[in-house]
Amino acid sequence: MGNYFHSVTLDEEKCRGCTNCIKRCPTEAIRVRKGKARIINERCIDCGECIRICPYHAKMAITDDFSCIKPFKYRIAIPAPTLYSQFKPEYNRNKLLNAFKLIGFDDVYEVARGAEFVTEATKSLIAGEGIKKPLISSACPAVVRLIQVRFPNLIDNLVKLESPMEVSAKIIKRKTAVLKGLEPSDIGVFFITPCAAKVTSVKAPYENQKSSVDGVISIRDIYLKLLSRLDQAEETEQLAQAGYEGIRWANSGGEGLAIGTDKFLAVDGIHNVITILEAIENDKLEGVDFIEALSCAGGCLGGPLTVENVYVAKTRLKKHIDEARANTYQNPVLEKFEEDIVWTGNIVYKPVMKLDDDFGIAMKKLEDLEHINDELPGLDCGACGAPSCRALAEDIVRGIANETDCIFKLREKVRDLAAQMMELESKIPPVMDKVRDKDKDKDKDKDKDKDKDKDKS
Amino acid sequence: MGDRLLKLDYGIPARDLACAGEASSNVKKLLVQLGINPVFIKKAAVSMYEAEINAVIHGGGGSAHIEIDHEKVQIYISDKGPGIPNLELAMQEGYSTASDEIREMGFGAGMGLPNIKRYADVLDIKTEVGKGTTLTIVIYFERTDAPSKITELI
Repeated sequence: MGNYFHSVTLDEEKCRGCTNCIKRCPTEAIRVRKGKARIINERCIDCGECIRICPYHAKMAITDDFSCIKPFKYRIAIPAPTLYSQFKPEYNRNKLLNAFKLIGFDDVYEVARGAEFVTEATKSLIAGEGIKKPLISSACPAVVRLIQVRFPNLIDNLVKLESPMEVSAKIIKRKTAVLKGLEPSDIGVFFITPCAAKVTSVKAPYENQKSSVDGVISIRDIYLKLLSRLDQAEETEQLAQAGYEGIRWANSGGEGLAIGTDKFLAVDGIHNVITILEAIENDKLEGVDFIEALSCAGGCLGGPLTVENVYVAKTRLKKHIDEARANTYQNPVLEKFEEDIVWTGNIVYKPVMKLDDDFGIAMKKLEDLEHINDELPGLDCGACGAPSCRALAEDIVRGIANETDCIFKLREKVRDLAAQMMELESKIPPVMDKVRDKDKDKDKDKDKDKDKDKDKS
Repeated sequence: MGDRLLKLDYGIPARDLACAGEASSNVKKLLVQLGINPVFIKKAAVSMYEAEINAVIHGGGGSAHIEIDHEKVQIYISDKGPGIPNLELAMQEGYSTASDEIREMGFGAGMGLPNIKRYADVLDIKTEVGKGTTLTIVIYFERTDAPSKITELI
């Protein structure tokens, strides 16, 4: 799998080869071939739109099985704040976190806490000099990858800080190693994720940085395990440590609000994100210092690997935010942290739409593409397996599709061929002409007879 | 293949701000497919967009003609509008003759021509009062080194 690990993948058995996912994909990364939806690896940004849209649940996310925690001596769960919103309001956050200890974990550290560290670091970035504004949050890995393939001019605007997940993993691993006297390799840190993009960012980090997370378990997979032990959970330990600002990150707007500037814009839903990024790229967005862009509608609460409806989740999260705000013990003075959370590498533009590396050939292909596109019906029906007529034209010049993949083109060709056959059929070799003439005379006689019959009646 | 020339033509609808910007957004897509370095794509897209909007707002619609060769993109935006009486004034930032109605829609900030000047390598304006305006914008570009890789579908 190498560089191209993707969490989002296809369940061959369930896929019917319909056109729902190809039309929804924001990077035109899916084609239907031999009745199955295929993903173009380089283009997929793991946003999970296809998982959400598929009526047959054929698109899925590869996450780690719960058993991945077993090989480690000391196991730490780091749940995304979205997790709190998945359970009924009567369970408070601390009880929920303590339940992790009943299902096989030794410790829990809230990613909401890591979010608070990232917030602080972002604040100083914004206040600093010489940065490209608006800064764009890098918390959502699908958005980062979207920028990498579609908005290369905005790479410099990204907040080059590690995500709350990575920061949390780093901090708790170091602390635990010191406190428990363990080797870092004996400590397993497991992220409890609402989305597929986070899985990819752990398994295939941007530009070969190494993730500190040892496994990623989906909220869906852990939900029932936690729920079944929740009633037995006792609040033996104060595991809830994050303040309301960290918890609020799960919401769209949470990260922006935490930063404490009026000049922020929060956008959620990948297609809305594209609209805003286009506006930034075209210099059409003014007076904004910070962009919080989240791939899922509703923010992380709307992640494809959650169990609860996003609106219900939003209401439930509010309760946790309010509680955290009211509790005095959660007025976090952030401890100093030694971790370096600034990116060591940068992400590099991936020109996945480029037609050819040779400019002359690219020009030729583009010319052909325009001609082919003009000839296609323009219905964007998807029956050819490409998301639009233009995408089919592009596939044809790339050599991965044919003009007759278009059912309208195919019909046109069949009709032309039929017309040609009819025309050929009427042509008679000279030696057979006699026969033909005789036949014609017979026909004439018949016609005459008919006319006579008519007259009689 | 260095002398290959790609020509494109688009109509620009009059006073239809919903469609405004479609031509420039199309050209942007083509430049991406040609593998032009994104920095130059931005220059071309923004300057063409501004010129297109000008033709929509002031020029009563018009046409866009694009020529792309191996080193540059040339953009011609023509309208048969009222023309620009005082070009020097029009080139000043913040100067605009746009109506209140247009301004309410978020246009007419007087940044159109100055922005084009900022991004274009060559800007030529031919205008005659009562007859119309033609803008010629040239952007010289480089390509991006990053290879395009589309492997087989998985």
